[in-house]
Amino acid sequence: MRWSIRGCVMTDISATTQTGGGRSLWADAWGRLKANKAAVFSAFYLALIVVLCLAGPYFTSHDFTTIYSSYVRVPPSLSPYPKADKIEQEVQDVVRRARLELREWKQDGERILVTVWAPKPIDDRVTRYLDRSDSFEDTKVENKSDDGLTMTMSTAVKYTYFYFGTDTSGRDLLTRTLIAGRVSLAVGLLGGVVAVVIGVLYGSISGFIGGKTDEVMMRIVDILYSLPFTFFVIMLVVFFGRNFALMFLAIGAVLWLDMSRIVRGQTLSLKRQEYVHAAEALGVNNKGILFRHIIPNMLGPIIIYVTLLIPQVIILESFLSYLGLGVQEPMSSWGVQISQGSHNIQGAVYLLIFPSVFLTSTLFALNFIGDGLRDALDPKDR
Amino acid sequence: MNARIFELKDVKVSFATLDRTVEAVKGVNMQVKPGETVAIVGESGSGKSQLMMAAMGLLASNGTATGEASYRGTNLLALSKAELNDIRGRKITMIFQEPMTSLDPLYTIGNQLMEPIMRHRKIGAGEAHREAIKMLKLVRIPEPERRMKAYPYEMSGGQRQRVMIAMAIANDPDLLIADEPTTALDVTIQAEILNLMADLRKRLGMSMIFITHDLNIVRRIADRVYVMRLGEVVEEGETQTIFSKPKHPYTKALLAAEPTGHKEPVPKSSPTMLAGTDMRVTFKIGGGFLAGEPIYLKAVDRVSVTLKRGQTIGIVGESGSGKSTLARALLKMLPSEGSIHFDGRNIEKLDRQQMRPLRKQLQIVFQDPFGSLSPRLTAGQIVTEGLLVHEPSISSRERDRRAVQAFSEVGLDPANRNRYPHEFSGGQRQRIAIARAIILKPKVVVLDEPTSALDRQVQKQIVDLLRDLQKVHNLSYLFISHDLAVVRAMADHIMVMKDGRMVEQGSPDQIFDHPHEDYTKRLMAAAFVDHAEAKV
Repeated sequence: MRWSIRGCVMTDISATTQTGGGRSLWADAWGRLKANKAAVFSAFYLALIVVLCLAGPYFTSHDFTTIYSSYVRVPPSLSPYPKADKIEQEVQDVVRRARLELREWKQDGERILVTVWAPKPIDDRVTRYLDRSDSFEDTKVENKSDDGLTMTMSTAVKYTYFYFGTDTSGRDLLTRTLIAGRVSLAVGLLGGVVAVVIGVLYGSISGFIGGKTDEVMMRIVDILYSLPFTFFVIMLVVFFGRNFALMFLAIGAVLWLDMSRIVRGQTLSLKRQEYVHAAEALGVNNKGILFRHIIPNMLGPIIIYVTLLIPQVIILESFLSYLGLGVQEPMSSWGVQISQGSHNIQGAVYLLIFPSVFLTSTLFALNFIGDGLRDALDPKDR
Repeated sequence: MNARIFELKDVKVSFATLDRTVEAVKGVNMQVKPGETVAIVGESGSGKSQLMMAAMGLLASNGTATGEASYRGTNLLALSKAELNDIRGRKITMIFQEPMTSLDPLYTIGNQLMEPIMRHRKIGAGEAHREAIKMLKLVRIPEPERRMKAYPYEMSGGQRQRVMIAMAIANDPDLLIADEPTTALDVTIQAEILNLMADLRKRLGMSMIFITHDLNIVRRIADRVYVMRLGEVVEEGETQTIFSKPKHPYTKALLAAEPTGHKEPVPKSSPTMLAGTDMRVTFKIGGGFLAGEPIYLKAVDRVSVTLKRGQTIGIVGESGSGKSTLARALLKMLPSEGSIHFDGRNIEKLDRQQMRPLRKQLQIVFQDPFGSLSPRLTAGQIVTEGLLVHEPSISSRERDRRAVQAFSEVGLDPANRNRYPHEFSGGQRQRIAIARAIILKPKVVVLDEPTSALDRQVQKQIVDLLRDLQKVHNLSYLFISHDLAVVRAMADHIMVMKDGRMVEQGSPDQIFDHPHEDYTKRLMAAAFVDHAEAKV
């Protein structure tokens, strides 16, 4: 609708007075996109997620592989671990592990004083038992009875924060969720790019050449379509073993089929446009027509499809990981985490909630951006 | 009885676009009396369609209408959608320009006709069926019982427009709004539809609002005329008065916009540029794997053309007569049979690769100024694309210089060459398309309906431009058009085509004033009916 109105305004044949550079359709689309609040918000949100996933793990003070055996499956909390009521338990555990007897313990400001007894003289190196625990650090021997059977040690409580809690192995869930996000987003982006590159080239060549070539190329697509996806991936995994690159390949190799069909359809209709005939009449060769006229005019639908494709790739990756065909420990992806979380849904529901929130909100944002782009690039479809 | 059945008071329509609000209609007053035919005339962009769309509540989502549009005292602009639906489709109905798209391809004609009848009159299917057949008879569709079961694609453009009219009058409306109802049709069919509409109006006693840019139609059908320009009514009055004594300069310009002049024939001695002998183009429809036997359609059947230097051959005929196909076959853009000579050289056997160097000298300008320019390239890039192919060695500065030259040659401001096609009007775009053709300094240019999509005034400017360019560069034109007035002004030799065959050819005077063949006579009668008789 908008074009006709714009066209209407300038019926005067004399050249319009305003000179200089024109505003391309891209600029127009950009303007419309900026007016779409949901899309803009989603774009910012997505950017935030990307920055968090990339930079976040450096600031969480945990490594995603570190196992805190004292804090297995602890729930998320804004206050640090160990909790005050858990210190006693922890002290008892450590002392028992050192094969000592706990006489008394008391908290003295920052430090804890632990008095232990043993039937045999105690070696000073028992402090390492305390240091080795995730809850204590900087343990020192304060004094030792003359017979060496009783010893008092002072130790500092090591406070650690697990905002998202820890997983079943005692690893920080926040760090792992962000690291998993890197994997999911990378899979989404790369899988999407693979699908788009193959799909656009294949589809546009098929549609543009037409005739027998088109028939053959599209029948190949049909055959690939008819292969069950999971079966296809299992075959790949069986033959080539599990690896990250294979995932992209498998996902890209399946999703380009949709893309190539869309692109072929677009090419068929664009091929009949008069500006393509005009280019033919000018003597432009096939490559020139394809890259100067057909593909640029298809970019709108392609971009829209890509934003809808990326969520699809992420979901597929989650699905594969859920089946155990995806990324391997200690690496993780949102799909893997959700899969693990779903096994612990009764005891530790947060293991499911956090990665799910990240995944779904990212997919939401991508879909909103896709919708916004569709409206911005195809205003007449509204 | 109310003396005014439909009245517009200070109607304004505006559209909110990204940069600003565009006022498409700027306060229009209008009255329609019962039984009257009112025409609204204006160029595209004058707001004539948007005015009626606003009254019918059919504006695009970014449009708003203010003022008062009253039907028998009810202000339509203030009604809710449900209330409006009681009036529109029953008391006020509308016919649109494009008969190809205004019928739903998934339903039969019968279904589509019966639906509004059943909805508005609250009657059963059996009765509605009888009523629908009656309507089809009324719009003179042959075999109405059989046609009830037909799908839109089985009917021709003229028949579809008749069905649209049948749908519009099915509920005995008071007012019929027709938005360019005949623009998409061939002249002979156009004449039939106009006669039908005039006849129905008399029989059913309804009022009609006729939106058009074609003054011939206005003269034939309207009682009163409103002339609109840039969203305002500049002149109104009785048809006779407007045509004989126009007051406003714009009306005068509109009336004087008929293309004039004629072209002197080229001397016999001038060399032949492009010649096609016994040209045949056959299209294969269907066929292939599992698709059954193909059908062969003879789009061009043994037609010979000889185009001399500086000559303009006009090819006229209805849509589907094969005139565009012939031209494309001559340019080797379609596979064809028959020998083709260009500049003394036989090009019949050349393949695409071998044709490429010759493309420089054989150019084509298309009908649709909106479709023939790639929307993602700037005007400058479009115009210089041919240079990239044929003179790849020249620098980009030189290309730019040539673009500037071509822009000024076609009367466009070269400063606008960095703009995109959608920022130009239809006439300007057609100039860009012409610039693209002539920048290569061709010898032959095929003009495939170059003026059909343009308003009369712009048409005249383009015709003048083409004439000037022909003189300066000694070009040969193959001018394809269904608009006989333009062809008469442009061509020095005319070929009449029908169903792929050439019916008649000769000088313009011969063809227009003394046609031999029946078909040519019919064509002339339909196109120039207003010269013979006044109003139906």
